[in-house]
Amino acid sequence: MTPELLVKFSLLILFLPLFSFLILIFFGKRLSRQGDWLGTSILFLCLAFSSIILYYKLTVFPEAINYTFNWIDFGNVPLIGELKISLGLVVDNLSAIMLVVVSIVSSLVHLFSIGYMHGDIRYSRYFSYLGLFTFSMLIIVLTNNFFTMYVGWELVGLSSYLLIGHWYEKKSASNAAMKAFIVNRVGDIGMFAGIMILFYTFRTFGFNEIFSMISLGKIPMGSEAWLTAAGILIFCGAIGKSAQFPLHVWLPDAMEGPTPVSALIHAATMVAAGVYLVARTFPIMTADALMVIAYVGAITAFISATIAIAQNDIKKVLAYSTISQLGYMVMGLGVGAYTAGFFHLTTHAMFKAGLFLGSGSVIHAMHNALHHQKDHHTDPQDIRNMGGLGKKMKITFITFLIYTLAISGVPFTSGFLSKDEILAGTLAFGGLTGHYLIPIIGFLVAGLTAFYMFRVVIITFLGSPVDSHRFEHIHESPKTMTIPLIIFAALSFFIFFSFNPFGAASGWFFHAIERPEAIVPLTVQAADSTTFEEALHHSHTTAMILSLVVAGLGILLAFTTYKWKKINADALAEKFNPLYKFLLNKWYFDELYDKMVIGATIAFTSVLRWFDNNIIDGMVNGTASWTKAVIFGYTEHKKEKRYSSIIFILLGSVISITVAFYAGQWLWNEHSFITALLFAILSGALTFFFFWAGAGGFDKYVVDGMVNGIAYLSGFFGLMFRKFQTGKVQTYIVFVLFGIMVLFYIFR
Amino acid sequence: MSFLGIGILSWITFLPIVGMVLILFLPKDNKKAIRWTSVFFTALQVMLAVFIYMNFNRGLAGVNLAEGFQYVEKFSWIDIKSVSWFGRIHIDYFVGIDGLSVLMVILTAIISFIAVFASWGIEKSLRGYFALLLLLDTGMMGVFVSLDFFLFYVFWEVMLLPMYFLIGVWGGPRREYAAIKFFLYTLFGSVLMLLAMIALYFSVSVIDPATGEKFHTFNMLAMMNPTNYDPGSILAGVGTSWRYIAFIALFIGFAIKVPIFPFHTWLPDAHVEAPTAISVILAGVLLKMGTYGILRISYPMFPDATLHYQVPLAVLGFINIVYGALVAMAQDDFKKLIAYSSISHMGIVILGMSALNTQGVTGAILQMFNHGTITAMLFLIVGVIYDRAHTRGLNEFGGLMNQMPKYSGIMTIAFFAALGLPGLSGFISEAFSFLGAFQVEAIRWITIASALGIVLTAAYMLWTLQRVFLGSLPEKWKSLPDINGRELFTLIPLAIIVIILGIYPSPAINLMTSAVNTLVGVLNQHGGAMFLGQ
Repeated sequence: MTPELLVKFSLLILFLPLFSFLILIFFGKRLSRQGDWLGTSILFLCLAFSSIILYYKLTVFPEAINYTFNWIDFGNVPLIGELKISLGLVVDNLSAIMLVVVSIVSSLVHLFSIGYMHGDIRYSRYFSYLGLFTFSMLIIVLTNNFFTMYVGWELVGLSSYLLIGHWYEKKSASNAAMKAFIVNRVGDIGMFAGIMILFYTFRTFGFNEIFSMISLGKIPMGSEAWLTAAGILIFCGAIGKSAQFPLHVWLPDAMEGPTPVSALIHAATMVAAGVYLVARTFPIMTADALMVIAYVGAITAFISATIAIAQNDIKKVLAYSTISQLGYMVMGLGVGAYTAGFFHLTTHAMFKAGLFLGSGSVIHAMHNALHHQKDHHTDPQDIRNMGGLGKKMKITFITFLIYTLAISGVPFTSGFLSKDEILAGTLAFGGLTGHYLIPIIGFLVAGLTAFYMFRVVIITFLGSPVDSHRFEHIHESPKTMTIPLIIFAALSFFIFFSFNPFGAASGWFFHAIERPEAIVPLTVQAADSTTFEEALHHSHTTAMILSLVVAGLGILLAFTTYKWKKINADALAEKFNPLYKFLLNKWYFDELYDKMVIGATIAFTSVLRWFDNNIIDGMVNGTASWTKAVIFGYTEHKKEKRYSSIIFILLGSVISITVAFYAGQWLWNEHSFITALLFAILSGALTFFFFWAGAGGFDKYVVDGMVNGIAYLSGFFGLMFRKFQTGKVQTYIVFVLFGIMVLFYIFR
Repeated sequence: MSFLGIGILSWITFLPIVGMVLILFLPKDNKKAIRWTSVFFTALQVMLAVFIYMNFNRGLAGVNLAEGFQYVEKFSWIDIKSVSWFGRIHIDYFVGIDGLSVLMVILTAIISFIAVFASWGIEKSLRGYFALLLLLDTGMMGVFVSLDFFLFYVFWEVMLLPMYFLIGVWGGPRREYAAIKFFLYTLFGSVLMLLAMIALYFSVSVIDPATGEKFHTFNMLAMMNPTNYDPGSILAGVGTSWRYIAFIALFIGFAIKVPIFPFHTWLPDAHVEAPTAISVILAGVLLKMGTYGILRISYPMFPDATLHYQVPLAVLGFINIVYGALVAMAQDDFKKLIAYSSISHMGIVILGMSALNTQGVTGAILQMFNHGTITAMLFLIVGVIYDRAHTRGLNEFGGLMNQMPKYSGIMTIAFFAALGLPGLSGFISEAFSFLGAFQVEAIRWITIASALGIVLTAAYMLWTLQRVFLGSLPEKWKSLPDINGRELFTLIPLAIIVIILGIYPSPAINLMTSAVNTLVGVLNQHGGAMFLGQ
């Protein structure tokens, strides 16, 4: 095994899913079983290759393996010199682990989809898009530069768009797809601006090149503020993609897509890309940038956890839970718990993909039962319509319970390990910086998470069925669906990440992923690794005990409320109605954006459309009618007045153009562009006025408006047109020739 | 390089005229022969373009040095010895291409070829239509190969008349209004251009090496050399008011063609009324003549004014991008929406150009080419649906994705290319235009503000896609047939170009780097040092 071979393997992994996409999009319908076997087996092949890469990367090659090629050559650029743009990929521990995560989830989701999407109208299309998604995601994972990162970033956006809108006949689905793409684009602008800052300074997109130049003391525009800005702007991309506050609104709507898609894209991989991006670019983040990141993560985690409590759609609860957990990861990275943040990404990918597939299994069963009853009104995703499903769907129930334990942070699960590390990190951060709000939110959210997740488990799987007739038709899902559930459940245990169930620090993961050395100037550096490690060490036990307590409380509260019914949830909701409404309506973010952003934009576009049609084009048409009015004397004006009009117009325009030119030049030199612009507009208006007044506009056009102008215009054009048709094109040529002669004379 | 004693650029320019003459001799009713003659001559043109592409020397720069041009042909065209008070009049037939024009030549050949196929459905006076189309082709090609300003102007005007008739005769219900508006507007611009041209003519003189006689010239390359300016002539010196005025006059002439706000309102009207193929040519090639003119003429001849007006130029780019996108969003006519999106995308060319650095100008030229292919696709797509449904109302459609799957597939590529999706060509040119502009401190914030256009474009493109292609199919469109072979044939070559240049733009970028670097050098060094040192 050589590094070159690993690169070849990774290229193979990258392009195999693209191959699957191309085959399925063009020939999918003609293949047997619409080619689902092709997509699925290709992904399992990818999984095999990624495991090989991870194994060799961890055991044989400690150094990162880079592969670059020249993409664009700008030649010898003035003032800069040779400028080449190279792109490439990197296989290091971070990308190797991420490769495995993506291919595990993707391959299992492919497998699950065979059962779940069975009989769908666009079955092969669905699988081809999954391939496209995996390809784009792997670009993000493997890239060694910002440019291809951005390329992958937008391409996952495309596949997400296509898959959310898979059932595009539904208006809600196509709306959600559009919303996801556009909201992400908002974040992407920020990311692109960040990339522009970095490219401006370093003239390269490569991570390594940029990092090494920063560590040598070269920073954007020579100012630390710009470095911070670059970091925050790059993070904007993560805000969009990882659905962080304030751009989190697209993710819950994205649940319109098929459930396996939610598991793959909107829970485990694509939305985690934001976290991956922060991990990749971690070295350029200054203390201020990290502080922003930590707070954004914390706020996101808190808001979405509170919303999740009040939701009744099983997928919506999971969606908000995903946002909340992503906020957790981002917060972890922000406080400096680099390894913990990325670790949580990995563990979360497994149990959250499991949760979504589990919910998919439940929805599938509900859907079939409702279909059997010919009931098309009951919502198969509303947990209030379920109840007692655990008895009928044993595998789904048990695996779902395991995932729930993991996400709640119960010992012996992977979630316990990763969550605990993040919480310890926040505590350490609080101790080092005094920002104790972060750990407080961290623990609060841990409790909330345990509560709302158990609420779902209890209402869905325990208790008595809501409708006994429907309950009879509930069946466990087929093997293609339950096998992925079991695998994900197995992967939710601690043993895969660390042999010590109460601490991940000794496991392979923490050895493989180490926080990169800080390279930003000392003055803007966050607490370095050693200081942080020490603080972490002190807060570890506290964090563990606290997290166990809050998780326990959350679970206990869920049982008292929904199982033992000691607390009446409905009565509580009634009592705190405004708060309940606030949470149920997701803090009114959608309403706010609808009114403030979308509504305002749409209104503004109508205004501009009017402006374009009436003012700008009105001037154009107006010029024609004025000219005609003056030259042809079409109006009711007397003859003598017409001549005075001509003089008036000529004089007026000469004066105003002269004044405009000299004054504009003076303003431009002495003042600013804006004053000159304002003045230009003003003098334009003046010229306009002379024209208007000269053409008798005061008498006539103020009264009749521009409506008549159009009529005149068409009359004028008709006249002109007739002339052309009677073979008088030569008048134009004569005119031009005459003009040339006059000009020759003037300039001679 | 020549054939039958005539250079390859003359062939590629005048072949359509040969075709036109042939067509005029064909019987009126032999539609098949007329169509296939047009196909034959435009196909020959494409082959010549491919030949030019293959044999183009990537190392030669061009721009302001005659030796840097390729496929040059130069001979005396008009030579009047000593006219009473104005001396010798000498005009050359001078053609040649460099990195700035070669992509435009290729684009013109491709788009003209595709336009012929897109005109298959024309029934009304077919002979006249194709004859004019071929004449238009010559006019456009001539503009891109001319190196003599007078010749340039002649081709510029030659292109105008066929366009006028193609819209005015074969257009939609308001065709006469749209055609005359286009005509008068462009004429207004060319009068201004003429003014500047004549001012340049009388300011620049060269010495005839044979006789030692000094005479005025229209040679563009001579006009780019500050030492050729007669002392005391109107445009001599650096940064004088007259130079700024001449620059503005030229600029308005070109800006109308691009079109740059506020001179854009002829475009939506012209597009809405023009037949599909004419819209394709209009958006695909004609608009680029404006930006090409700025790069070929305004920049190297007026580096001082270019630097002086850098910020206003960037502001105009910003307005085009954002204003165009916002107005596009408010449209409910499919074709009008694409027309406004064109304005928005040409704004990116302006922004990239205003950067005056290699990345920005490369991005701008590439965007000219990419916009040509992408927008041609979009107009073809509108044409396909209009031919079938006889309406373009965005709100009247829905659910075409299921009804016309092949059509929808190719549409998806075009739409996502237009909204700048990475992997498709539009993204690369947009990205480099922005990257280039961002590097200039004076226009940095304008660039950041322009990035708003990225979101707006995504919004109106996806909204259009949703309104036309997603959702449920209205009853009345249940029998719409899917795209046919001929229509696919017009779209697929463009789609292939869009995808290839999206992944690997170097084949296009390599053609222009030497020229762009030279141009940027002229602006940065000569614009400052050489002109100031005079």
